[in-house]
Amino acid sequence: MIQNARVVAALSMRSLRQAFRRPQFLMPIIVFPSLFLTVNVGGAGRATDIPAFPDVAGFLDFELAGAIVQSTMLSAVSGGIALALDIESGFMDRLIAAPIPRTAIVVGRLATTAVMGVIAGVWFVSIGLIFGAEIQGGVPGALLVIVFAAATAAAWGGFGAALALRSGTVSVVQGIFPIVFVIIFLSSAFFPANLLLEPAKSISDWNPMSFIAEGIRDPIVSSISAEPVLEAVAAIAGVMALGALLSIWGLRKRLAT
Amino acid sequence: MRGTWLLMRRAINEVIRVPGAAIPGILAPTLFLLGLTAVFGKLTLLPGFSTSDFMAFILPISVMQSATFSGAATGVNLARDIEQGWFDRLYVSPLSRQALLAGHVFSASLRALMPITAVVTIAVIFGVSIQGPDSLLLAVLLAAAFAATVACYATILALHFRTQQAAPLMQAGAFMLVLFTTSYAPLDLLTGWFQEVARYNPVRFIVEGVRQMSVYGVDWTHTWRALAALAFLAVFFGTLAMRGLVRASDPKA
Repeated sequence: MIQNARVVAALSMRSLRQAFRRPQFLMPIIVFPSLFLTVNVGGAGRATDIPAFPDVAGFLDFELAGAIVQSTMLSAVSGGIALALDIESGFMDRLIAAPIPRTAIVVGRLATTAVMGVIAGVWFVSIGLIFGAEIQGGVPGALLVIVFAAATAAAWGGFGAALALRSGTVSVVQGIFPIVFVIIFLSSAFFPANLLLEPAKSISDWNPMSFIAEGIRDPIVSSISAEPVLEAVAAIAGVMALGALLSIWGLRKRLAT
Repeated sequence: MRGTWLLMRRAINEVIRVPGAAIPGILAPTLFLLGLTAVFGKLTLLPGFSTSDFMAFILPISVMQSATFSGAATGVNLARDIEQGWFDRLYVSPLSRQALLAGHVFSASLRALMPITAVVTIAVIFGVSIQGPDSLLLAVLLAAAFAATVACYATILALHFRTQQAAPLMQAGAFMLVLFTTSYAPLDLLTGWFQEVARYNPVRFIVEGVRQMSVYGVDWTHTWRALAALAFLAVFFGTLAMRGLVRASDPKA
């Protein structure tokens, strides 16, 4: 068990160093969501004047959750791309030949994605506080946001890893970038569900990303309430379970080739 | 003139021979058009919003996004030509530097026509009303000219970095210029410092010029402001691109 943890930690540290050495991995995670947050808040900031808009201190407070989930999903894709790069470069074959558990290879990568989620959470909470947002849930609320960001990144990371393992090519994993935006646009991540247009409104009621975004938003705009938090936990668990299953399937297929 | 045309034809051949390469340039603006309309569509309920149809309001952003990606793609292709040594061959050819630059940047205008047409067609299918053929023609011309301007900006980066890895900087940098305008709402409804950035961003006038197609209809004020902003950007980026080209071909210059 301890041996496995060491392998996961070592692989995770390697992936983290790799991410920080290549700015093209960090740029989509931090820079793009920050720019979109700026444009959304500056461009649609008066949305809080719409009568049906929820009671919030400011539009930035509302949008932070959207920026965080966007960043975590892009972390997941970046993690998948990095894994696909390892496969293309032959590093994965060396790991498979090494006397380590196969699952540690994927878990190590997902641990890195979770760390990227923490970085995203800390970044956006900090940006929010600097530019005048208020975390109504206080320090526990901010910590909950960061924990949710880490878990969300790891959960979606399973899908990125599965795709990388199954395809083994960077271009295929890169190709899912548009899907990230589709999932987010069809959720309440950027705007209240009751103000979305159809069919996004109906789809957002079932989209797990809506529950995750509301769970992250709740400690920021009100306080820590049981219902949105539990719904977010359930949604993250569901996404994580499906991602893990797909990753295991992808790993088996890769080992069989 | 002939050299410029041949370079433009070469760029168009790339699109014709690999039509699949045009798909991302159509997919991303379409996704933004439909996605942003679904998300921010109720912004039109705000008092002072200039139209009740948000898709009509945001369509110019998708059109400009198409132009931006086409312009940036020209820069990426130039960086590829530099990496592969093809551009060195053009340097030693009897082609003037002006013709070389013109061939590259005007090919962006031609390449932009396909995604612009696709995005406008999709918007019309989803119910956007075009304010007349003159406004449509003007919008297409403005967006195609903007693609050439973005190509100048991308050329500067390609000549500086000399690698395709500068692609995100070409695409994201130019697209942000488009987004930091009246992209989501009229100027009076923007907030904070973003409103001031949008007020003085010259790309805003081009966006408003293109918006004549789906919201305002053609009027002289929007048109001359768009043309003036385009001329300013074209001279600014064109001069820098030309300087970069001369320096790259003759390091002593």
